[in-house]
Amino acid sequence: MLSRTAQNLFWLSRYIERAENTARLLDVTYRMSLLPSAASQQDQQWGPLLAIGSAAAEFGARYGEAGGESVIEYMGFDPANPSSILACVAAARENARAERSAISTEMWEALNATHLELQSKKYRDFAKDGVRGFFDWVKERSHLFRGVTFGTMYRDDAFHFIRLGTFLERGDNTARILDIKYHQLLPQGYRNGEAVDYFQWGALLRSVSAFRAYRQAYRDTVDPQKIAELLILDADMPRSLLYCFEEVVNVLATLCGARPRECLRLAGETHASLKFGRIDRIVAGGLHDFLNGFLVRSNGLAVQIQRDFMMQLQFE
Amino acid sequence: MARKHALPAQSQPRSPAAAASPNEPPPRFFDERRRPDGGIRAAYRDFWKRIEEVPREQLLLKQAEADALFRRVGITFLVYGEGGSTERLIPFDIVPRILDASEWKVIEEGCIQRVKALNAFLHDIYHDQEILRAGVVPKEMVYRNPAYRPEMQGVDLARRVYSHVSGIDIVRIGPADFYVLEDNLRTPSGVSYVLENREVMMRLFPEAFARQRVAPVGNYPERLLHNLRAVSPGDVSEPTVVLLTPGRYNSAYFEHLFLAEQMGIELVEGRDLFVRDGRVWMRTTEGPVRVDVIYRRIDDDFMDPLAFRADSMLGVPGILSVVRAGRVTLANGFGAGVADDKAMYSFVPEIIRFYLGEKPVLNNVQTWRLGEPEARAYVLERLHELVVKEVHGSGGYGMLVGPAATKAEREAYRRRVLNDPGNFIAQPTLALSTCPTFSKAGIAPRHVDLRPYVLSGETTSVIPGGLTRVALREGSLVVNSSQGGGVKDTWVLER
Repeated sequence: MLSRTAQNLFWLSRYIERAENTARLLDVTYRMSLLPSAASQQDQQWGPLLAIGSAAAEFGARYGEAGGESVIEYMGFDPANPSSILACVAAARENARAERSAISTEMWEALNATHLELQSKKYRDFAKDGVRGFFDWVKERSHLFRGVTFGTMYRDDAFHFIRLGTFLERGDNTARILDIKYHQLLPQGYRNGEAVDYFQWGALLRSVSAFRAYRQAYRDTVDPQKIAELLILDADMPRSLLYCFEEVVNVLATLCGARPRECLRLAGETHASLKFGRIDRIVAGGLHDFLNGFLVRSNGLAVQIQRDFMMQLQFE
Repeated sequence: MARKHALPAQSQPRSPAAAASPNEPPPRFFDERRRPDGGIRAAYRDFWKRIEEVPREQLLLKQAEADALFRRVGITFLVYGEGGSTERLIPFDIVPRILDASEWKVIEEGCIQRVKALNAFLHDIYHDQEILRAGVVPKEMVYRNPAYRPEMQGVDLARRVYSHVSGIDIVRIGPADFYVLEDNLRTPSGVSYVLENREVMMRLFPEAFARQRVAPVGNYPERLLHNLRAVSPGDVSEPTVVLLTPGRYNSAYFEHLFLAEQMGIELVEGRDLFVRDGRVWMRTTEGPVRVDVIYRRIDDDFMDPLAFRADSMLGVPGILSVVRAGRVTLANGFGAGVADDKAMYSFVPEIIRFYLGEKPVLNNVQTWRLGEPEARAYVLERLHELVVKEVHGSGGYGMLVGPAATKAEREAYRRRVLNDPGNFIAQPTLALSTCPTFSKAGIAPRHVDLRPYVLSGETTSVIPGGLTRVALREGSLVVNSSQGGGVKDTWVLER
């Protein structure tokens, strides 16, 4: 397939996944900000979200202090913020438009409808209905797109590049959500095994649809280290880093066929470190450093994929 | 960009007041549904009986359903304006234009004849130039034509085809009086509407298709692909065909996508292709893949920055050399535009006689070339009743519609003509036929034109039907979609 098509589809699914995860992150932060323990520290709740896109300075210049409403506006609906949900959906839709011959009609229609709906409403309309409703809607539209992709798309390379983008982005996003919330929620001087705020940590699990999974896997009260284990090392948890990299390795193996390439080796390396990693070691070595290292490797992999499959086309 | 890529290529706005011949009383417009005695013409009889019984509310529903279908599928065209471009739907009318087999036969024969002759003409121009030596077409008409490509002189094209896809713009003014307004031999667009319009009509009026035999158009992409494969370079057995688009910001991008998808070929942009070792290649995830036939929807000027416009980011550097070596086929070929500008148009009847020895089936609109003193004098006396156009203009820009213009406008235009008379032609205003069209007031006659699509490769053929454009405003003769025009499905009834 055309290198440009591969690139457009890879980014199409990354944008959608990013929009969904941004909604998840806003959602969990919003939930936490409603809890009594958080009432006095709005700034600490919302501020770290801006660190994700290194957007704190730009945000400050335009919105001033970080509060719920302004951060949701900025990360949800600001067309000038390339990582906002609105901008991600628009970018995904542009890519889909460019590659309509590579995707199914239903995929295009689902995405186009999402885009049109998002363009037709203003933030205030959504806020009136409750922002939670909006976050749910974004998640639903993302689920719909992924479901339609699964249900209608021919299993060719185009499909594989879409899957690749989805899981690379999801792993990246889960690592970021965990990084921000874990360190925000962990009490000062916390020692392993101490009881923590059930509601706060529960909200974190819910934000990645992992609450039930946690209960089933551990049959235990919420425990930060176990939560980290679930989101990093659990092979059956569909948003965990390991799960995402299992998929990435499988997809890359399919795409490479008989000609293994450097990207497959890189992906395999990261995959192995997750597959054979231990949570106590990871936490002892510093969870933040570990997650940061993961993000760096994940980015390096994306660059290598570009080199291996996209014949030196420039990033746009 | 240069001309002839946007769908709403022009059709002339013409005033109902002025007839083909100024000395006769203005004729009634030819009504394609109704005879002068009030009876319904044969082609419309069945559909009319049916639609007459449908209550207005239900028609409104059908119209809404059609609009929703188009919007959902995303059939849009781009409208360029201030602050960037916006996507619009082209208005679609739910009442089909219906032609019976005998009417279609005239159009079909005429189009095939015309395109065959024009391809023969192009081959001749780029080879022995017999027609110039015979004095039938003046040499300067070719050599001074900006669309003439001296680089193509002596280059042999597969099957001697220059215009693989041609759009012939036709208007009707009487039962068997069809006039060609323009030949589009470069990158004519609009065929996707023909196919989508039919899809929508088959959903809206399935019973009408069940009861009478409407010639199908859906195999157009298949036929196009077959023709493109048939003109691949001689040394290639399994040709790779691609469609080259200027990109997603082009007004006809939807169509490029649509056709590539329907043909199952790659839709490429200039940056996806490169020239190496005397061949054209595309960049793929598996490395370079050789390309043999390029159905390109980019104008000549932008195709090769090394040979033509150096500032073009859309083309493929070095592709001209590959074309000249016969190792890639472009459809349409370089330099085809020399045969389709408005000045050459007036020679087409002579061109048909010269190469085919036949009488032209379709009429040419009388055309005065204002470079000729007598014609100029005649036209300048009658600016108020004629249409004057620039030879290389398109899209209705830079033209004068005499009957609709003010005195001051005509005077200003007169000065422009005198400044460079060779750049202008004049034509009478024509009385376009009307078709029944769904409007707020109910079904009423509106003026239409027609663009059939002619494919040349192994053979020359026309898909039955074509794009009917309709002026939706009452009395208007402007069918351009940018100015209140819409489209209709065109039915050709089989015997």
